[in-house]
Amino acid sequence: MLVITCPNCGDRPELEFRCGGEAHIARPQTPAELDDGQWGAFLFTRTNPKGVHAERWIHQHGCGRWFNALRDTVSDRLIATYPMGTPRPDAGAGAAPSSPASPTSQP
Amino acid sequence: MLETGRLARRAAVLPAASVTRGAVVIRPLGAQSRFSLRTRPATAEALGTVAGFTLALPINRMSTAGERTSLRLGPDEWLLIGPEAETDELAEAVSAEFGERVFSLVDVSHRNVGIEITGRNAAHVLNAGCPLDLAEAAFPVGMATRTVLGKAEIVLARTGVDAWRVECWRSFATYVHGFLGEGALDFVAVTG
Repeated sequence: MLVITCPNCGDRPELEFRCGGEAHIARPQTPAELDDGQWGAFLFTRTNPKGVHAERWIHQHGCGRWFNALRDTVSDRLIATYPMGTPRPDAGAGAAPSSPASPTSQP
Repeated sequence: MLETGRLARRAAVLPAASVTRGAVVIRPLGAQSRFSLRTRPATAEALGTVAGFTLALPINRMSTAGERTSLRLGPDEWLLIGPEAETDELAEAVSAEFGERVFSLVDVSHRNVGIEITGRNAAHVLNAGCPLDLAEAAFPVGMATRTVLGKAEIVLARTGVDAWRVECWRSFATYVHGFLGEGALDFVAVTG
């Protein structure tokens, strides 16, 4: 089971969480001025990267709050979590290994 | 319009008798008044205490004063538990102390059912369906959080080293009670 670090509650099992899709997608300020293509892109087009992906998660069965997480879509490793409204941290992007656990984390 | 007040009687959903499995005792708690309180963290910090309920707590901690217990479940959410007979008075007292400040207070007395589980192996029984680390270092006495037990959402609070309180929704109560009873069967031969 994955252990996800909630910014409010600390390390918790993944059963308590739900994923809410890609993070940092801002709703257009003036939707009426968009054409169908632009609106469709806002609704449906996602980056779907192979590698580090910024996602929204909610601690549904815990504090009930949303937060953002960086997850590696190859290894399913959660690299970092950070509160809603804060910019995506850069540190995790390069430092995240897609390989299994690093030797330093083993006893 | 007929005003019935909040002290409406409702039949208990669980049998009142305790279930004993070896050293583990599972006891449904009686009726109590419960409120879900939502307010801004800064407001709670400024007030500190309302109507005998401590709000200035770290997240996932509880505080008990007499018959009044407050559990901080999130940055802006508290579960207040008090005596059943004072339901109306508690709601009025909390509202009065908040005054003009922004808050939301919802009576959930009948939504929840409380179950107490005590005994040396109580944490292991809970771990039959709860994935949290329930060792004392990770989940000390006084910690309280929402989590899952099997397929039901519960609020779990550690009231003593070997004493826990489980709060679940009324419609989940028979499931949760049965789940705990089944989980405790594993420890009958060891301790009994």
